[in-house]
Amino acid sequence: MSSTTSNIKFNRRDFLRTSSLAGGGLLIGFNLFTACKPNAKPPVDLADLNYKDFNAFIKIAKNGAVTIFSPNPEIGQGVKTSMPMIIAEELDVAWDNVYVQQGDLDTENYTRQVAGGSQSIRFGWDALRQTGATAKQMLLNAAAAKWGVDVNELSVSEGIISNKAGETLGYGDVVEEAALLEVPGEVTLKDPKDYKIIGTDRKNVDIDKITTGKPLFGIDYKTEGMVYASVLRPPAFGQELESYDASDAKAVPGVIDVIEIGDKAKKLLAGEKVNWTAQLSPSAKVVVIAENTWAAMEGKKAVKAQWKFASPPESTEFHDKKLTELLDGKEFTTLRKDGDVQKAFAQADKVIERTYESPFLPHNCMEPMNFFAHVTDEKIHLVGPVQTPEDAANTVAELLGRDVADIHLEMTRMGGGFGRRLYGDFVYEAAEIADTLRKPVKMVSSREDDMTTGVYRPAIKYRIKAAIKNGELTGYYLKEAAINGNMYGLIPNFFPAGAVENYQVDVAKYDSNITTGAWRAPYTNFLAYAEQSFFDELAEEMGADKVQLRLDLLEKVKGTTDERIQYSPERMQGVIKKVVEKSGWGKQPEGTYQGFVAYYCHNTHVAEVADVQLENGVPVVKKVTCVVDCGIVVNPLGALNQIEGGIIDGIGHSMYGNYAFKEGMPEAKNYDRYRLIRMKEAPKVETYFMENELSPTGLGEPTLPPAGGAVANAIKAATGKRVYKQPFIQYDEIWKVAEKPVLG
Amino acid sequence: MPSYHLKINGESHAVEACENTPLLWVLRDHLDMVGTKFGCGIAQCGACTVHLDGNAVRSCSLPVSAVGEKSITTIEGLSKDGSHPVQVAWKEIDVPQCGYCQAGQIMTASAFLAKNPDPSEEEIKNAMHGNICRCATYNRIQKAVALAAKKMA
Ligand code: FES
Ligand code: FES
Repeated sequence: MSSTTSNIKFNRRDFLRTSSLAGGGLLIGFNLFTACKPNAKPPVDLADLNYKDFNAFIKIAKNGAVTIFSPNPEIGQGVKTSMPMIIAEELDVAWDNVYVQQGDLDTENYTRQVAGGSQSIRFGWDALRQTGATAKQMLLNAAAAKWGVDVNELSVSEGIISNKAGETLGYGDVVEEAALLEVPGEVTLKDPKDYKIIGTDRKNVDIDKITTGKPLFGIDYKTEGMVYASVLRPPAFGQELESYDASDAKAVPGVIDVIEIGDKAKKLLAGEKVNWTAQLSPSAKVVVIAENTWAAMEGKKAVKAQWKFASPPESTEFHDKKLTELLDGKEFTTLRKDGDVQKAFAQADKVIERTYESPFLPHNCMEPMNFFAHVTDEKIHLVGPVQTPEDAANTVAELLGRDVADIHLEMTRMGGGFGRRLYGDFVYEAAEIADTLRKPVKMVSSREDDMTTGVYRPAIKYRIKAAIKNGELTGYYLKEAAINGNMYGLIPNFFPAGAVENYQVDVAKYDSNITTGAWRAPYTNFLAYAEQSFFDELAEEMGADKVQLRLDLLEKVKGTTDERIQYSPERMQGVIKKVVEKSGWGKQPEGTYQGFVAYYCHNTHVAEVADVQLENGVPVVKKVTCVVDCGIVVNPLGALNQIEGGIIDGIGHSMYGNYAFKEGMPEAKNYDRYRLIRMKEAPKVETYFMENELSPTGLGEPTLPPAGGAVANAIKAATGKRVYKQPFIQYDEIWKVAEKPVLG
Repeated sequence: MPSYHLKINGESHAVEACENTPLLWVLRDHLDMVGTKFGCGIAQCGACTVHLDGNAVRSCSLPVSAVGEKSITTIEGLSKDGSHPVQVAWKEIDVPQCGYCQAGQIMTASAFLAKNPDPSEEEIKNAMHGNICRCATYNRIQKAVALAAKKMA
């Protein structure tokens, strides 16, 4: 072996198994996060491939081609590209020789097959490298045996093994022998310095299909004899169906039938507790079945329905009042408490307190929710885009009173996730419809459906109070008042936890009938804006430099023994210093105003500077400079796309996103009233990475949360006005200042 | 149900559909050409963009009965093999994230460049402003349109 290996050792035997394929070739099954079951063995026929015992498979064919089969869903984060890159690197094959096939989710016992939380890469990093390295070792061992030489005399590059005599063997030439060998207990991983694939630009593996319009997404799926379903949605939250008349609907050309579902969901809800992703509704639902999507949607419009409020209607003013009451009230749960903030306030020279507010937000995945289902006595076939296939399959089994082994779930590419597709409501609907019809059916939501009955980012208010004494920050107290759910897990241990002697985070919630859930970077997506705005205000009140204040606070965290602290002060300082240099902080030309932020979430450290200019008095974000420390960057091309998207998404929602209610009814149900950021409002994003050899962390989320803060801080610099409320630009104003979109 | 003869990507297709059915659904459900996407249904997002006699139109808001003799080009017919300069530029820049909006983006860009082969940055932004990309790949869309213009020159 070459000298280019590090000495990290792993025992791979528990995580990986091999078999010799009947048609020739080596098949390796491996698990990303857990050990294999004692008797698990990959099949000898690719037709029998399932993900019961393994997360993924690698096939090395006799012609040397490498195919990776993985059911890991792709939602636009590029994991379908970066994960195989890691395997290919350690396996030492040419990237052009690697093919990726999205696997189906066949039955029980899968481990982690969730795309979300920017975690896929972080959790997969070790396992993927070890799997690649183990496969390589086996191929080398086989070659050594064939030549009768010591394995250490061999070298390998791009799938070609060479010996000292100058002879070569391709991987394909030794797969048969390798398949019969024992899995080595220990393998050596490459030194990051020798990476040839990791750290290079690799394109989206589906790029050809996307640019030529091939069927890829759930909504594109079709089978022989399939019908289309559209579910009638209550116009307001809190409403239930009272009665309906479907006679006009049935007369719409193309409509086949109008049916009712909901009994099964109701029963399931009344029974044992269901998984958090379930989002089942106990209400009866009217479903229009038609020959095509359009007829189904038109039929739905023709249903005359009477609705009743099962719980009182809520409005945005009502939520606003409730959240303020919570902030003013005394009922809180304390998530972290260091020292005594009240004492710090009592002894302070100066106390400042600010409140920041955000509305509900819809996900607005570009591909509306949809799912295909076909239920027969033998089998349940489900196809579509869902981020939690395991939960979806289990819930469908319970819902229909079936064995989970009957379920065959195929995951398609997803037209966006943003957290929405963690919830399986649309899968259960499709399954219940199909169970009633006993025909293949695809349930398709309209944009209005997605914007009236989904789950939404909850409205939140933060009140932050700080004590300043002798020019130092001596107390920091953050209160969160949110709809339905509060921040959780490790968030209270993010910056500035550990940097302030007296520190406290309290949370309280109001239970609303608006359904809420995870939204890209849950909680931090608004918290970062609030805190990063507050730090700027704090610096102003203290007469301190905005950047230096953060650097000084971070200095205090260095060498901390507090294991709860999540961020690294060194890495945070690193991104701050670099963004100051790269953005020309403090050196901006006349008419350009800058806003600075630094944030840690989802295991990644980020600093951003937004450049804002005023056009007719309206702030316009021209550019964002961003520095990211995400450890090793597996695929820079994909990573940059995630970073740019995250920043622009964060800015768009802070500027325009507003999901408000009147009498329980959302005021905006489609893009004529709901504004998403578009081309002319999107700033140029310039990104720099910190170069290090630390394990990679995710990029789907971390750049989004602070982006709104950078803009708010720049708006303050430009206008002297501090924005305490999102969206920054309220609706009436935007139609006055912004051109209406040009339509084709 | 009335029947229509549609000229799509150089071929003639006979379909039976209700006259108010938007072209989008005729393409997707009747003819199984699913490259054209549904995003909003109200001419606001551009996911459903196709060419009608070379002009970019929103197929979600165009009733099949209004198409008449005009020839339709969809993403499937923009080129035989993905070799249209806009498609090539899209691949070179690696524009997509989730990819859902991209057929519409490509159709808008290709119709625009056919009329304005040498656009300024400002003109590109204006032309693409009507197409929403929820993944916010706007920086790359802009670059890819500029690159495609160069390729077509
Ligand atoms: S689907 Fe036609 S513009 Fe949105
Ligand atoms: S790439 Fe996802 S909507 Fe544009």
